[in-house]
Amino acid sequence: MKKYDAIVIGAGHNGLCNAAYLAKAGLDVLVLERNPYIGGATVSRELHEGWTYSNCSYVCSLLRPEITRDLELPRHGLQVIPYQGGVTFTRDGDYFGNFGDHERQYREMARHSVRDANAYERFSSDVMRQTRLIRKYLMTTPPDPTSLKPRDLKGLLGLAQSFTDMGEQGLLDTLRFWTMSIGDYLDEYFETDVIKAHMSGSGIIGTALGVYSPGTAYVLLHHYMGDVDGSIGAWGFARGGMGAVADALASSLQSFGGEIRCDADVHRVIVKEGRATGVALADGTEYYADTVVSNLDPKRTFLECFDESDLPKSVVHRARNFKIRGSSGKVNIALDGLPTFSALPKDSPLMMSDMHCIDSLERLERAYDDWKAGRWSADPYIDMLIPTQVDPTMTAPGKHMMTVFVQYCPPALADGPWTPEKRDAFGKVVIDQIAEHSPDFKDLILHAEIRTPNEIDNEVGLTEGNIFQGELTFDQLLFNRPFPGYAQYRGPVQGMYMCGSGTHPGGGVMAAPGANAAREILADLQRPSVVPEGYLDD
Amino acid sequence: MTETRADVVVIGAGHNGLVCASYLARSGRRVLVLETNAQPGGAAATREFAEGFKVSSGAHFLTQLNPAVAKELALESHGLVPAARNLRTVALTLDGEPVVLDGARVQGVSPVDQSAYRSFFEQNKRFAKVLDGFFNRPLPRLVERGWRDSLSLMQLGWSLKRLGKEDMQDLLRVGLVNIYDVANEHFESPLLKAAVSMDGVLGSHMGPRSPNTVYGYLYRHLGDYYGMTGPTLVRGGMGTVGAAFAAAAQSAGVEVRCNTAAAEIVVEGGRAVGVTLTNGDVVRASTVISNVDPKSTFQSLVGYPHLDAGFARRVENFRTRGVAAKLHLALDGLPAFENLDGDCIGDRLFIAPSMDDIETAFNHAKYGEFSPEPVMEISIPTVHDPSLAPEGKHVLSAIVQFAPYRLKQGWESGRAVFLEAVLDQLDRYAPGIKQQVIAAELSSPADLEKEFGMAGGHWHHGELSLDQALMMRPMPGAHQYSTPLPGLYLCGAGAHPGGGVMGVAGRNAARVVMREENAA
Repeated sequence: MKKYDAIVIGAGHNGLCNAAYLAKAGLDVLVLERNPYIGGATVSRELHEGWTYSNCSYVCSLLRPEITRDLELPRHGLQVIPYQGGVTFTRDGDYFGNFGDHERQYREMARHSVRDANAYERFSSDVMRQTRLIRKYLMTTPPDPTSLKPRDLKGLLGLAQSFTDMGEQGLLDTLRFWTMSIGDYLDEYFETDVIKAHMSGSGIIGTALGVYSPGTAYVLLHHYMGDVDGSIGAWGFARGGMGAVADALASSLQSFGGEIRCDADVHRVIVKEGRATGVALADGTEYYADTVVSNLDPKRTFLECFDESDLPKSVVHRARNFKIRGSSGKVNIALDGLPTFSALPKDSPLMMSDMHCIDSLERLERAYDDWKAGRWSADPYIDMLIPTQVDPTMTAPGKHMMTVFVQYCPPALADGPWTPEKRDAFGKVVIDQIAEHSPDFKDLILHAEIRTPNEIDNEVGLTEGNIFQGELTFDQLLFNRPFPGYAQYRGPVQGMYMCGSGTHPGGGVMAAPGANAAREILADLQRPSVVPEGYLDD
Repeated sequence: MTETRADVVVIGAGHNGLVCASYLARSGRRVLVLETNAQPGGAAATREFAEGFKVSSGAHFLTQLNPAVAKELALESHGLVPAARNLRTVALTLDGEPVVLDGARVQGVSPVDQSAYRSFFEQNKRFAKVLDGFFNRPLPRLVERGWRDSLSLMQLGWSLKRLGKEDMQDLLRVGLVNIYDVANEHFESPLLKAAVSMDGVLGSHMGPRSPNTVYGYLYRHLGDYYGMTGPTLVRGGMGTVGAAFAAAAQSAGVEVRCNTAAAEIVVEGGRAVGVTLTNGDVVRASTVISNVDPKSTFQSLVGYPHLDAGFARRVENFRTRGVAAKLHLALDGLPAFENLDGDCIGDRLFIAPSMDDIETAFNHAKYGEFSPEPVMEISIPTVHDPSLAPEGKHVLSAIVQFAPYRLKQGWESGRAVFLEAVLDQLDRYAPGIKQQVIAAELSSPADLEKEFGMAGGHWHHGELSLDQALMMRPMPGAHQYSTPLPGLYLCGAGAHPGGGVMGVAGRNAARVVMREENAA
């Protein structure tokens, strides 16, 4: 049977990106995907006739521009449409709007609190400082602080240098920022509940923590550190849904001669004499390669695709204790028309972006308390968007698609396993919350797909439905991601690598883990690197 | 109005103020300590709360007293006598056997948990050694550093490296996370997990699931490295500790003036040059050291007009929300706890059935409510020290969580309701205890603030979360004991490393003062 140079398990965006870089470097690459379609959680699916849903990830910003350029994704069909706006509705019928225009934004904040409007400038520049620091490290392999290898020492010194450049107070502020809760951080700047609630969502999205849990200020960066067309912190829709990202990556991969096979469920990584030599599918088919890369999360990779005896005990132990609790669900809705929101004038530009219904940090924190107790939030945080306002390709004119990200929703319920009835009850809570602010919303619903962490786990393959392939807490970031000693994309078995969001720099449709892993693989194979490293823009 | 002169004036005779004063006096400086209350000692105090019944009204155990400080100040010869050492920790339960922690040993759990606890304990002891190195010095400046800072940094880096690869990886991994996940990784027994996580949350506005609680646990277990396998109970209550520190200070030549309240710090030409008292008297000194919490120091004693806006904002943002209440009961006899062996009654008792129960209790505090089913750390000091109560009677002292500093309904009306909830919870574990109560007193964080002058009633003078710890403590600009105001220093629990009767903050502050004065 034919032997490949490299096999990538899983055609998520990171697996495809990794494979594309390897193919670009001249390797013969095969990507194996369990589902009949590619993309993992970066998909567009027609689940109601005439409606395309971005039914997992739903917006685009983090995708590294150097990857977009290198792999020529626009030529392969990717078009990202930036959007502006955003609104949080309040219980008393008012709202807080997010405007692209600086002056307009100031007036909107001042309408709620002049003090907050004045603090916003300071807040933005402080957060931007943190964003610029972290952006440098997205396209790098984290140095190992316990190692004395020249490369690691150099990396650590570089890290120390960029901290030193911030000055004593700047450095201390950075350390504070990294260890604080988003709630406490916002309390330091703002006094208005709705403004704090509006901005805190980014600190908890996808995270099994509450707004007052230390460490959530850092998570904010995972939603600020991206860019669209060079505009840092901007977000956009992928035209045609998020599947367009995966399709462009796949097309790029194929243009370099790479192969993708769907309906290929990898069952085992074949290990011989301590070396990965290929993979075996559930149906018994085997494929061989000297390099095997897993795009699956660390738990699925090590606990399901390996024979335990092929792994060091410590890795099995670390994989078992790896934290990957899902915290969110999704509701994707086909609408017969554009809903109206009582607080907003018709056709308000604020509707073009994220809309939220939770207007205080206390409500957000209580939503988290429900999750801790093993219940879905009775009053959840939602992030809802209607991309069809700017993207005409997803459904017929006049019709609309709404994507609603919902938090919190636990992977396991305290009162027994998930059932279709419970799933629907969870969906109802979400729909009721939206209907509170939109009187015609319920009548417009033609179809709704409700996804709890249970569906995300079973259908997408993300363990416990965690959208980041592992929680973004400090024990699992940088040189600790996914495990201490294995943060440089190399697995515990020779020839085996990891390239998913479970590795540095983590989740979101960023593709940086896939690219970073490719750089390490090419270095091991002593091939010239085709993967950019470090800080290439700004 | 009279004017006194001294080389150094210390505001507040808490144990750190006294420690700082002692070291400075030994270096030949004339040191004056001002104390509002009638007794020195701050929160290391003994008070009669009912006729014939005395209790440690603030801290009730010694857990991390720094051995070097104790030795250098000869505290034992100044009257610090333990009534019992190395107390065990007992996690009470309504069904089955309680879990008893005794150093590295644990009873009441499976053999698997026993050996897991031993290795957990041993590893934490190695971590505590590293932490001790971080605590026993003013932490280095990271950017604007001199040779001393660089040397210090290298020593600290080396102490981490010396842990070995595996321990270092573990410390870097768990240092910032929550005790809930770490306990789940190591142990099976819910009661053992709860006992471990109590040490992560005591005194903090945090539940077991809050990141940073592993740091809280390590902080509390610093004593393990000093060779104490459990807390120490002091004869005569913690007031003896305060008195011993005061006696040590006086023998070093410090003048301690009680019933003397500072009104404000005198600032001239952008420098702290003395203290004005509430009676109008003035004490002039070239160095002013505040043992008062940072918030009160900068807000009230200095005043914002003397500080720049950015720094004032940092002071405002310093979090000091206390959540621990103090319960004092005068009892007619020894209470009988369910399933508890008689010889454990004088140990440290926990009511905290599971980590989820602690977390649920914490939830309420976030919203300004007290926990309807609070968790607590209980001490019955009279078992070892009968001098605190009339013959045959007993005293129960408990730290009760969670009780928010700002209770929505207000503590005036809330105190009695909360006391009832606390007694109900106690009565579940010690049936009949309610009938034994002769007198009961519950101090909310707001009461503790009044009694000891600590902002927010927080016994660390400010939350001990990582963004307010180590080189960030209490806030950038006032870290490493010196402040933006030349001549003014901090030496209390609000400074690095934090609260608990350790004496380290006072000792480090004295070092910085001497170093800076010598340099000037």
